[in-house]
Amino acid sequence: MSIEVREISKAFQAHAALDAVSLKIKDRDFVALLGPSGSGKTTLLRVIAGLEYADAGRVYFSDIDVSNKPVQDRGIGFVFQNYALFRHMTVAKNIAFGLAMLPRKLRPSAKTIELRVTELLALVQLADLGTRYPNQLSGGQRQRVALARALAREPKILLLDEPFGALDAKVRRELRLALRAIHERLGITTIFVTHDQEEAFALADQVAILHNGKIEQFDTPGQIQQAPNSEFVRGFLA
Amino acid sequence: MSTQRVRSKAKIALNATLVLIALAFVFVVVLLPLIVVIYEAAQEGWSAYYLAITDSDAKAAIYLTLLVAAIAVPVNMVFGVCAAWLITKHDFRGKDWLIAFIEIPFSVSPVVSGLVFVLLFGAHGWFGAWLQAHDIEIIFAVPGIVLATIFVTLPFVARQIIPLMNAQGRAAEEAALSLGASGWQTFWHVTLPDIRWALLYGVLLSLARAMGEFGAVSVVSGHIRGETNTMPLHVEVLYNDYNFVAAFAVASLLAGLALITLVFKSLLEWRHGNELKAQNNS
Repeated sequence: MSIEVREISKAFQAHAALDAVSLKIKDRDFVALLGPSGSGKTTLLRVIAGLEYADAGRVYFSDIDVSNKPVQDRGIGFVFQNYALFRHMTVAKNIAFGLAMLPRKLRPSAKTIELRVTELLALVQLADLGTRYPNQLSGGQRQRVALARALAREPKILLLDEPFGALDAKVRRELRLALRAIHERLGITTIFVTHDQEEAFALADQVAILHNGKIEQFDTPGQIQQAPNSEFVRGFLA
Repeated sequence: MSTQRVRSKAKIALNATLVLIALAFVFVVVLLPLIVVIYEAAQEGWSAYYLAITDSDAKAAIYLTLLVAAIAVPVNMVFGVCAAWLITKHDFRGKDWLIAFIEIPFSVSPVVSGLVFVLLFGAHGWFGAWLQAHDIEIIFAVPGIVLATIFVTLPFVARQIIPLMNAQGRAAEEAALSLGASGWQTFWHVTLPDIRWALLYGVLLSLARAMGEFGAVSVVSGHIRGETNTMPLHVEVLYNDYNFVAAFAVASLLAGLALITLVFKSLLEWRHGNELKAQNNS
């Protein structure tokens, strides 16, 4: 599913977090939003998700205006920085949550949900951990659960907010590979936020560099490294 | 070596003194009154005790106290959860005012809170004439006692769960919404299970206060024996009648109810201490 952001502005109190940002992302693309803290990258991701409403501007999914749709109706999967797992539910219940909350008419049978959870656990390589609780898992395992949970309803768009921020280097590398593999396999459009340029360039097809609520440059990693288009980008890459 | 030993001896002596002072204090201030209540109640034997608590006025007072608590506590539980949910999971204008308003019953003297209801609903109060015209009794009747008790116990639940919900943040709720849950499903399946023990704790605190409240209830009740006397008021009436055994008998019953609440509260703290504290272990 393609995503288009048109002239999005968003202010918190007097501070402008996003200043007339526009961005076009093709179907099945893998995009990184890269920038220093306070550059507006997380706000942009949350506006696309519907967790935050823009003051001005529109958001389109496959050329359909979703600006006024609440997050529930946008059909996205969202992975949070600190996992945001439901601590009183087992891993399996966490993953099944999205399906279990469907209205009765649309809800799959308990058996189907169980099969889907098993399938998702295998996808994130946690096959035997369904009965554990989140506090019995390592950080990397928790983030895999969060990923599986976000994928349960087969979203066409996957959004990740600093998904590897709290993890150590080895686990980050493993998870990066896992995420890239899942992206290829499911053919979904993926956007992730990071402040780590090595991560952005290693993982994404396209990188958007944000600074002070504006997109400085949006291009392939190779193109950005070869031809940084502003003083800020040059300085940020150095 | 030797100076160290002297120092550690001095430390032990200091610790022992502090522990003794603390124990003596607890004995004089907490245990002794409780012992006196039970001792005085048993002065004339168990038959007198039994008579005192099965007296028709006493039974009416016990029934009224339980009735008032059974109405006031659930009302405040619902209100407390709603208020805490609004305050911690949403941003809106006037939020600081709402927080301040919730605290008012803690800072206002209970007698004043009682008087406010008399001024509002009493015979000469703002709505007095209208209420009389429609034959509705609030002051010197059960509704007034319920209102005063609700007012006095209003902050307990909200105060108990607001810090916890603040510390837990909104990430879990946002996750639920992003997974397609409605606002109500999010509240029921995500928010409520996360605060259940703190909520129960707040309910127990407000239950203890609802049963024991004297000041505010005293103003609005009118002290009609067998009708509008709650247990604390009944104790006072008996005491003023020099009926000490009966007064202490009812008082011991009230203390017993408080002790049962306390046992439940301690059980909660012991079993679920971590979940009561405002700590963030996702």
